[in-house]
Amino acid sequence: MGDVKLAFIVQRPQYKGETSRLAITHAIAYQTVEILLEDGDTVTPKLCFVGEGVLGLQKGQKAMDLYGITSTESHMKNTLLVDLDVLVCKEDLAKYGIPEDAMPDAEDMGADKKIQVVPFSEIQKVIEDSKHVLFF
Amino acid sequence: MATLTIGCFPGLVGNMTYDFALKLAEAAANKGHKVNLWFSGNATGSIKSHQKHLKDYSTGEKYLKALLEKGVEICTCEACTVARGIQKTEGIEKIQWNAMHWYLAKIHSSDRVLQIGGE
Repeated sequence: MGDVKLAFIVQRPQYKGETSRLAITHAIAYQTVEILLEDGDTVTPKLCFVGEGVLGLQKGQKAMDLYGITSTESHMKNTLLVDLDVLVCKEDLAKYGIPEDAMPDAEDMGADKKIQVVPFSEIQKVIEDSKHVLFF
Repeated sequence: MATLTIGCFPGLVGNMTYDFALKLAEAAANKGHKVNLWFSGNATGSIKSHQKHLKDYSTGEKYLKALLEKGVEICTCEACTVARGIQKTEGIEKIQWNAMHWYLAKIHSSDRVLQIGGE
C-alpha cells in the first residue's frame, strides 16, 4: 500500500482541552508506526494549526514550571526533531495578533525542520493531497 | 466490504458523542465491514470493567463487549488510560492496550477514517 498521507487539522487552542495536545502526540507516533506495518508501508502526517488552534504555540512557555506538565512548545520542538511538517495558518496568526517569529524552533536540539507559517490555501492543499483528514 | 477506523476521544459520561461512536461501529459491523475502534483522551476511561449502569448515565461496558463479540477490534491508548489511574488488570477483557501508533497503523489499512474529537 506504500505511503498514506494524513492531514491532522488542529482547530482548538492548546491547554483548553486535551484533544489539541493529542493531535501532536498522535502525529509524533508516526515515527514508530512501521513496527506494525508491512515492509515499505509508511504513514506521513502533516500537522496543521488553524483558527483557534494557532493559540498556545508561542515560544517561552513555562508549563513545566507552573503546572508540572510538558509544554506545547516542548511538544512542537519534538515534532520538528522527528521531521514532521508543521504548518500554521498565517491569516489566523495575524487575526490573533501573534507575530510569526513567536513560533518556536528546535535548532538548539539539532532539528532541520522549522514551523512553516503559510496561507490557508497551502493548508487546503495538504487536505486535498491527503488520503485521510483528521480534525482535532 | 470495507475497513472503517474510528478514533474516539470524548468521555463516556457527559455527552452523547461517545454513544454515537459505538453505535456507528455497531452499524458498520452489522453490515459486514471490518471496524477498528481507537480510544484516546477521556474515552479511555470507558474501558474499565464493572461499570454500573445507572440509567441517568451512559454506559460503555456492555456495548463494548457486544462489539468485541462482533469482531470489532478495540484498543485503548495505554498512556491516556494509566494517566487516569486504570490498570490493565481492571480493564474489560479483550480490549487491546497499545501506543498511539496502533491508531496510525489501522488508519493505514482503512478505506475510511472517522475522527471523533473530544471535549
